[in-house]
Amino acid sequence: MSKISRRRFLKGTLNGSAVTVALPFLNCFLNENGTALASGAPIPMRFGTWSWGLGMSEAIFVPKKTGPNFDLPLEIASLAPVQEHINLYTNFHVFKDAAPNLCHHSGWVILRSGIAPMTSENRPGETIDVTVARKIGNNTRFRSLSATATGDVRDSFSYENGNSVNAPEWSPLRFYQRLFGTDFQDPNAEGFTPDPRVMIRKSSLSVVLDDTKKLNRELGTEDRARLDQYFTGLRDLERRFDLQMQKPDPREACIVTDKPEDLPTGLDAYLVSKRHRMMTDLMLMAIACDQTRVFNMFYASAFSATTKPGYDKPHHTATHEEAVDEELQCQPNVSWYTRRAMDEWAYYVQALADFREGDGSLLDHSFIYANTDQSFAKIHGIEGIPMFSAGNAGGRIKTGMHIDGGGSPGCRLGYTALRLMGVEVPSWGDKSNNTSSEISEILA
Amino acid sequence: MLILSQKIQHVFKAAKSGRYLVVLITIFAFSGCSREAPEPSGSASPLRVRLLTGEQYSNTIGHIFGADISGSVMAPLPPLARTDGLLASGAAFVGVTSDQVQQIQQAAASIAAKVVDEYHRDFLLPCEPVSKTEADAACAAEFLRQTGRLLYRRPMAESEVSDLVNVANTAAEKTEDFYAGLSMALEGLLISPEVVFIIDVAEADPNRPGEERLDAYSLASRLSFFLWNSAPDDALLLAAESGELHTDAGLTQAVDRMLASSRIEEGMRAFFDDMMAFDEFDSLAKDPVIYPMVTGATLADAREQTLRTVIDHLLTRQLDYRDLFTTRETFMSMSLGALYGVPTTNGWVPYQFPEDSPRSGLLTQVSFLAAHSHAVRSSPTLRGKALRELFLCQKVPPPPPDVDFSALEDAGDVPTARERLKVHNTNPSCAGCHLITDPMGLSLENFDGAGRYRETEDGAVLDIRGELDGTVYDDIQGLTVAMRNHPKLSACLVNRLYAYGTGGPVSLRYDRDVLAYFTERFAANGYRLSELLHDIALSQAFTAVRQGETSNQTVADATGLIPSQIAQNHQ
Repeated sequence: MSKISRRRFLKGTLNGSAVTVALPFLNCFLNENGTALASGAPIPMRFGTWSWGLGMSEAIFVPKKTGPNFDLPLEIASLAPVQEHINLYTNFHVFKDAAPNLCHHSGWVILRSGIAPMTSENRPGETIDVTVARKIGNNTRFRSLSATATGDVRDSFSYENGNSVNAPEWSPLRFYQRLFGTDFQDPNAEGFTPDPRVMIRKSSLSVVLDDTKKLNRELGTEDRARLDQYFTGLRDLERRFDLQMQKPDPREACIVTDKPEDLPTGLDAYLVSKRHRMMTDLMLMAIACDQTRVFNMFYASAFSATTKPGYDKPHHTATHEEAVDEELQCQPNVSWYTRRAMDEWAYYVQALADFREGDGSLLDHSFIYANTDQSFAKIHGIEGIPMFSAGNAGGRIKTGMHIDGGGSPGCRLGYTALRLMGVEVPSWGDKSNNTSSEISEILA
Repeated sequence: MLILSQKIQHVFKAAKSGRYLVVLITIFAFSGCSREAPEPSGSASPLRVRLLTGEQYSNTIGHIFGADISGSVMAPLPPLARTDGLLASGAAFVGVTSDQVQQIQQAAASIAAKVVDEYHRDFLLPCEPVSKTEADAACAAEFLRQTGRLLYRRPMAESEVSDLVNVANTAAEKTEDFYAGLSMALEGLLISPEVVFIIDVAEADPNRPGEERLDAYSLASRLSFFLWNSAPDDALLLAAESGELHTDAGLTQAVDRMLASSRIEEGMRAFFDDMMAFDEFDSLAKDPVIYPMVTGATLADAREQTLRTVIDHLLTRQLDYRDLFTTRETFMSMSLGALYGVPTTNGWVPYQFPEDSPRSGLLTQVSFLAAHSHAVRSSPTLRGKALRELFLCQKVPPPPPDVDFSALEDAGDVPTARERLKVHNTNPSCAGCHLITDPMGLSLENFDGAGRYRETEDGAVLDIRGELDGTVYDDIQGLTVAMRNHPKLSACLVNRLYAYGTGGPVSLRYDRDVLAYFTERFAANGYRLSELLHDIALSQAFTAVRQGETSNQTVADATGLIPSQIAQNHQ
């Protein structure tokens, strides 16, 4: 569309004045059997990720039994209340091939991108949430949202490319303001008045896009790519503006809560837990209000520096310096840290399961992919790196299972997730991580 | 330089015998000449595309529209990856995700709405509209032309102004509000890539046929972000517009004015905050069980104390950079007084540690000691690593993936870090790297994880003897003096400042000579920061464009040479 015709079009649209449309409220949110919105649109599918740091103590983490009704060894005992909603994947491998084993980096990068990184600064490809968001994230205000429980804006396992990390929300108050500040359109508001400024914004954006086309000058390839990425972001804004001009579908489950308090910085495990739960609750409300369908929650970083009050070693240091207690079959303090992570994973899954939506819960229409950076952090092991999933993705996934991967690529779980989310790729992952084999045991 | 100083030493020895006085004078004359040695003829820096840092964005908005407006909006820029020692260098490589663009738009909307609100419009707008409820193209154009010039850091083309005036007019008609219309146009301006990216532009250099230089506006931006960490002001843009900035006299005048301005303090605080990796403080906390007196406010004060010390020493009093590592002069606040164990009053007051105090220089300040410790205990390794990476520009390799810690576990409970690390270093694959960091880190063990002084750890007296690259010492003062006299110390500051000024990591392939040149002049000028800033800003390297180099090559160069640097230091 040429510049002039586009502007004429926008001007024409603007000539129609703002309309207020009365809409039915609350009683007609859903269809009769509660599986779809009243508009007939199905409840959307969501994709989430969750991550914890520094792996597991294999002897007290990996269940003896595979399949359903698996046993819950000590380190994952806190998962009992959510066992029916999750799957645990063990004995899956990530392969570094010719790349070095980069401590606390190779494991998560391979599971999130399918590719082994070559250096500890290297982030190859893009992460799975970005791929999925491109598919299912175009009809919401945010393509995806990321949050961290560490309070550190640098902590993220989500990136568009090596130089472009999706920075997480790190403060509950800031996250709340971003979600429910002035631009928030309550889907359950009785009337709908399109904001005339949104259309003007869109029109002004076309001016910016036209002017910036002149920027090509003598730029190197990398710099040109960075500016192109910015233009892509601007075009994506256009799409978000279009969304703001439509009445959002009502969402029964969307109830905006009060503004949260902010928290001090710090990585004391109890403070991290509190922050994780506040960020989780906000994220769930964002999902329920259909502000996003792709979401990343980060409990602890790969070099997790979470502390145990009164104990002199943060989590990462403890993994290397604490001796294995033969009787307990673990490093006791390291295991204490891992158990705190499992408490939080259980909280996260339970929160999704408890969040009512239609005749089910948010979890029923979601698939959550959870992983870590090492298997046995003490020696930087990545063999048999554990993973979880949660949610049945609208009935397409069986849950409550423990799957033994038999040494096959961990990327199979990512591949399964991509297919579930409608990303039609023939395979996923690079070199030995490449797979076109879904984890068929969990497919309903 | 090294060869020269060896020669001088040799001649000094000879001169003692009274035989070579003439030679000595000749050498000194030569050394005096070297002060005037010309800049290497081919020196130049690459064109860059830099994203504004969060602080640069806030400063720019603050200087154009006022601190209350910039303070009300969190800068919508992504965190940067520390690149060859500086976050600022990461800005030459970082990309902006769609999510981030959305945040830039939200910040733009918020800023624009505030600029035209009834509290600000009267003094931020140069004109009043004929009617508040109608479009006023003339007034809109005046505001947008003036503001756009400051945001774009160059004059706007009339076509650019008229496009934005059209937006303002249409929006004013639709909203029946001139100011709402203007804010929509300003929003558009604020999300332009030319505002959020600093895009260097080259032009042919008439003084050096066949070569290129930054155009005057790119040069103005480069100077301004270097010295003020903010966009150029009106006077600097005028100097660019008139062509003065491309004359020796005009450039000197502009740089002198910037160095004399109070804004140099803001600029240099930003640089040292970056160089000393003080972004760590954004997420730093100490275990309240072990360090109950350390709160978030204490740590914020520790960061501020060091920045005040640096600015006072280098800018206010124009002292030798190296003496920052031994100075006993600093500033004290109430919460820090408790941590240092010294009485103080409310607010920030100058403070001098007594001669018998273990505190002298930056390495003994709480900021360095606490930031490079764990939340629950000190870390000689982290401190040694920081000392080398931050102040000597050396890179300490990461630990190998297959570390065997069994020796440490079997050793049972040992009271001090020295003993823990000794056990640890029975493993040869660990010992290599720990030798680079631990001897100097262990000398700071008299300071716990929060930076408090202690004589003992777990009842054991601490042995703080150590060695820094060939200089052996017995106590903390020995370490600080060894650091002050380390041959890499001033070269490292030059490296970081040059990278910071030119907007990306240095290339050791291309920049080696020019860095040596700056380092020599820095020494000749008594290691005074202002002289170094002056030299860099007025150099050919700062303005001349190195053609045909991409940013990627620069990073490869910068990282590729680091191992050999370490090897040299080990020898």
